[in-house]
Amino acid sequence: MTWVAVLVASLACLLLKVAGWSVPARFLEGDRLRRTTVLLPVALLAGLVVVQTFGSGRHLLLDARSAGLAVAAVALLLRAPFLVVVVAAAATAAVLRVL
Amino acid sequence: MAGLSALQALTLSALMFTGASQFSLVGVLGSGGAVVTGVLGAVLLGTRNTLYAVRLSTLVPASGIRRLFAAHLTIDETTATSTAAPPALAGLAFWTTGISLYLLWNATTVLGAVGASRFGDPAALGLDAAVPAAFLGLLWPRLRDGEARRTALVGGLLAAAAVPFTPAGVPVLLAGLAVLPLLLRRQP
Repeated sequence: MTWVAVLVASLACLLLKVAGWSVPARFLEGDRLRRTTVLLPVALLAGLVVVQTFGSGRHLLLDARSAGLAVAAVALLLRAPFLVVVVAAAATAAVLRVL
Repeated sequence: MAGLSALQALTLSALMFTGASQFSLVGVLGSGGAVVTGVLGAVLLGTRNTLYAVRLSTLVPASGIRRLFAAHLTIDETTATSTAAPPALAGLAFWTTGISLYLLWNATTVLGAVGASRFGDPAALGLDAAVPAAFLGLLWPRLRDGEARRTALVGGLLAAAAVPFTPAGVPVLLAGLAVLPLLLRRQP
């Protein structure tokens, strides 16, 4: 089933790109449609952040991941590169679990 | 990538080539979500590439098989560099950024897949904290205006509220409802 998910999702994502290259430019001219397309990833990414940080099955909890996320936010405020942000969060959680 | 074999991670990376969707699919499948919710989340995250593609098709001349390759390389970064470049150089900026990022991205996945198979417990390395940090890193540059910040806040709250009541992957889809006020608002 994992293969089905990988292949179907990949193909669908490619088709979304191809569709954009194939339609006339005026197709997406509507301001509302454009804003929605820009904001949908914002909403979904925020959901992913919350679920992956605080979710544990059907429970929400604070653990080493929360501390990792806080460090990631500080790193982003300091304009650290993406890789530094991710590594800093992982290192924080790993160190907290050893303590 | 948790829940995926090395070959699946590599296929995903090479074939999908849009980071947020990839991470989302892996995150949902890794936390025991259904295939349908995983795929749907990845696809919804990929819709912005359609918008990018429309924009790029007016900047970067490409037809036939070249257009297919151009479509595959249509992501946040290539759109940003192509639209920032002077119009005459948009094509050069697009292909240079796209091809180098594609190679780098997939090389990183190979390293990650080979590396991950040698480690025992991902939590001991803090890899479970790396995942939300990566999502936050992808989200951060999109929070420039008030509307985006409000959408993110509502999306996050919706997802948190849904966690106790819905299966894995669904809270993320429900977060997408945060764009509804925008859709329902009357056109000026």
